[in-house]
Amino acid sequence: MGKAVSTVFSVVLGILCCLAMSSLLGESPLRVLYILINGSFGSLSAVGYTLFYTTPLIFTGLSVALAFHCGLFNIGGEGQLYMGALALTAIGIMAPELDIFSAPLLGIGAAMIGGGIWGGVAGWLKTYRGSHEVIVTIMLNFLSYAICGYSILHIFKNPNSQSPESAEIGNSYLIGGFGEISRISPLNLSFVLALFVAFGVWFLLFKTVWGYEMRLVGSKPETARRAGIKVRIRVIEAMVLSGSLSGLVAVNEIMGFSHKFRDQFSGGYGFIGIAVALLGRSKPLGVIFAALLFGAIQKGSLELEIDTEKITRDLAGVMQAFIILFVASEAYWIKWGRALKNKLVRA
Amino acid sequence: MNFNLKSVFFVVIFLAACTPKIENKNAQTETKSPVKIGLVLDKGGKDDKSFNAAAFKGASQASKDLGIELKTIESPDDSAYEPAMRTLAERGYNLVITVGFSQADALKKISPQFPKTHFAIVDSFVDVPNVASLLFSEHEGSFLVGYIAGLKSKSGVIGFVGGMEVDLIKRFELGYREGVAYANSKAKVISNYAGVTSEAWMNPTKGKELALSQISQGADIIFTAAGATNTGVFDAVEEKHKLAIGVDSNQNWVKPGFILTSMLKRVDLAVYDIIKAENSGHFVWGNKYFGLADKGVDYALDQYNDSLIPQDLRKKIENVRAEILTNKIKVSDYYETRKLCPNSPFKCDRSQRHTGPSERTTQ
Repeated sequence: MGKAVSTVFSVVLGILCCLAMSSLLGESPLRVLYILINGSFGSLSAVGYTLFYTTPLIFTGLSVALAFHCGLFNIGGEGQLYMGALALTAIGIMAPELDIFSAPLLGIGAAMIGGGIWGGVAGWLKTYRGSHEVIVTIMLNFLSYAICGYSILHIFKNPNSQSPESAEIGNSYLIGGFGEISRISPLNLSFVLALFVAFGVWFLLFKTVWGYEMRLVGSKPETARRAGIKVRIRVIEAMVLSGSLSGLVAVNEIMGFSHKFRDQFSGGYGFIGIAVALLGRSKPLGVIFAALLFGAIQKGSLELEIDTEKITRDLAGVMQAFIILFVASEAYWIKWGRALKNKLVRA
Repeated sequence: MNFNLKSVFFVVIFLAACTPKIENKNAQTETKSPVKIGLVLDKGGKDDKSFNAAAFKGASQASKDLGIELKTIESPDDSAYEPAMRTLAERGYNLVITVGFSQADALKKISPQFPKTHFAIVDSFVDVPNVASLLFSEHEGSFLVGYIAGLKSKSGVIGFVGGMEVDLIKRFELGYREGVAYANSKAKVISNYAGVTSEAWMNPTKGKELALSQISQGADIIFTAAGATNTGVFDAVEEKHKLAIGVDSNQNWVKPGFILTSMLKRVDLAVYDIIKAENSGHFVWGNKYFGLADKGVDYALDQYNDSLIPQDLRKKIENVRAEILTNKIKVSDYYETRKLCPNSPFKCDRSQRHTGPSERTTQ
């Protein structure tokens, strides 16, 4: 509990600093805060957009968190989610006439497999070739951009559009939403999927032997090896799972929203996922709340651009940066806090 | 160490305390509330010195002249268009102008949900009864600057640098090629595109690379239709002392003496007109075309390129303009030729005009 409290404290501090900065620009911080909250939760459509932005961040946050528990730093979420999207698009275009029960399952499976393969490549290279996963996943990102760019523009191109995007996937793949809120915002059932997946990841990591072994590999690799755990296999498995979690972003974007692979649709979900996992302390529940916070900031900042004279949506980036800064430097805050307390006690 | 912690808190509290008071927003609403216009720019942003800049210029001019309330939103990525349009519509903006064909999909989704809000889109066609589609005859303007390039070129090799490789820009290219061929049937046109994704609109490094490569192949005049990527082409011609032709806005001032002219696509005019119509209650949905006849497309002539375009050349240009307007010259429209000859839209010769040897490379 103590950790959760100090994280919340860091978040509040980060937001305060950001608001202080906005006051330097001549906007009242209270008004900025009001616009941010009202913009992200003030109306039904606002809530819909906020949760729509939250969904991919839950997936990528879980992806980074899971890899982290196994001692891996997966920076390749962006590439993995694009590969998931590519696999989903390929299935959706090549087999458009499936029934409405098997199609979504197949789509979800394809997205996970696409992302999983891309994560697995990094895992395999790490265990059998000794390449560091940070370097490999970063470079695989660029490979994936290129492969996806080529595929959607030359193989699955939408002939009726000037935009760089694929043709539409079959109608049976589309997943619906929750009535009114989904009519006025892109929110869809992927959000529920994200919550289930978060539960699944929690169960896997903390309630199964497999998850325990993975965490042991992450925290004490030598102990794990001597205890007879197959370290290499666990590392590859963790990367595959991590990649497939990132791949699920495609379900929200393609099956739930745009119905096609739009080039560069992600805009950095894979990277924000790192911040989400850090903020969520790599715990699935924490990831959900952190993703919600980041989703709300992303949605709310758009209103800032409309409702204030001087502040643009770039404030969202500033606020996220401040929060990360405070969370990352939390050890110092705690140390300072103790020193202060000791001094007060002595006085 | 605790001193630091305290001082940070004090700074925060101090900053919070010395903020200006919330202004009284009611003062404005007492008078007749002005027409509210929202302008959603695409990725290039209002400082692209070109396409978006033109839209922004037209809108700000209108806001100055007509006293309307203007809100400009720049979109960092393609997924930001939809919430921006929705929020503006929800806030009761009377007219939401979206700039660029990449916004068409989002507009198709949003506009039917707000039948009382008026929308406009530049460069694309959205068939919803509250959307005005503002379209330009880019091929005619490109023909004009191609003709100028054909006459001015000494080497007989002429370059074209496109932004994203899409039909819209190919429309520029085809008109340009025909203009060049009309002036000098032996001239060779080298064409390159900066890319196939929307990044191609803001990649000056690539623009410079392409221009330098074209110059090394002998090109002495390069027409560039690539949004913010243009600046790279301008750098290249300045470095090598060649000439470039700008696009959309009048870009002659960007590198005086190195920019022969600019193919004006008066997005500013179109945006201004639609705002004026909205302000006077005469908004009409449907397609609006801006062509050579109403100066919706044109070539730019000002103090920066006065010495580059001599009087006799100006006369010739005006003759060509008249010939296009009277249909003596028929400029091919890529949107039509791609349907007529899907396999070779660039050599779809319905007329007997000789288009000259040409070479096409794609990167």
